[in-house]
Amino acid sequence: MYDTNLVLGGKDFTSRLIVGTGKYPSNDIMRQAHEESGAEIVTVAVRRVSLPGKGDSILDFIDTKRFTLLPNTAGCYTADEAVRTAYLAREAGLGEMVKLEVIGDARTLFPDVQGLLEATKTLAREGFVVMPYTNDDPIIAKRLEDAGAACVMPLGAPIGSGLGIRNPYNIKIILETVSVPVIVDAGVGTASDAAIAMELGCDGVLMNTAIAGAQDPVAMARAMRLAVEAGRLARKAGRIGKKLYATASSPIEGLPDWTS
Amino acid sequence: MKITVNGREMEVADGLSVDALLAHLAVKREFTAVAVNREITPKASYASVALREGDRVEIVRPMGGG
Repeated sequence: MYDTNLVLGGKDFTSRLIVGTGKYPSNDIMRQAHEESGAEIVTVAVRRVSLPGKGDSILDFIDTKRFTLLPNTAGCYTADEAVRTAYLAREAGLGEMVKLEVIGDARTLFPDVQGLLEATKTLAREGFVVMPYTNDDPIIAKRLEDAGAACVMPLGAPIGSGLGIRNPYNIKIILETVSVPVIVDAGVGTASDAAIAMELGCDGVLMNTAIAGAQDPVAMARAMRLAVEAGRLARKAGRIGKKLYATASSPIEGLPDWTS
Repeated sequence: MKITVNGREMEVADGLSVDALLAHLAVKREFTAVAVNREITPKASYASVALREGDRVEIVRPMGGG
């Protein structure tokens, strides 16, 4: 079935699954999981190098010609820190795309939407392709779009919680409110969660822990790929309406008569 | 002179360039970024920027994350 691409910052992506690079049991398992996920974009954090410089780097396990690196601003609690981190990532050669996080609270890791909006404005003005991790709040989503965000990435549930899409109705409203792509970021626990996001009409799903923390990350990566594809296909196919009572699938006419 | 690199104080030669510091610490250049006293140092000026006593240097690169 024909499908359009996911377009971010003028770049076309056929995969609608974005995966992380953190918390895998080993770099080799990460590489295999990336392969099975079919993802074209992988997120990375930007952190101090260990000194003196050691040989093993995560980038030895990511083919940077094939995967687009998406640096995040995880761990930033102010717009200023997030903006500086984005600049560092760009200077490091990680490109213009940034998964913008401005965290409001360490326990929930919910976004500080005020700081997020401020950082989005600054970075969009400076030519970044801003992908903000935000709340499932349609009003903020609209403001982020107006501020120049390339997409909006509402959380399904808290980061790493695996609770799934806690408020599908808000995600639906966000989809009706903005015209930029909507990518569910955070909260996915298993394949059905990713499928639900796509069935709602989301343009993509971003996840890390659901794959990296699974007992078999490589198998889960494949499950997520299939779920995102299945959910997308089901959305495009147009599901049937929900009804309270049965509607027979077999004809009522033409039944043999057993009464006499 | 004393400088602080990634939170660690160290003694280096006076007037050391960013370029020489990276070589001294055996840090890979690819996908690496440097900031001195909160200001990003463009790659093109690594050789020309001389560090000064008390400078705070941050050297970062991509790590695993979500």
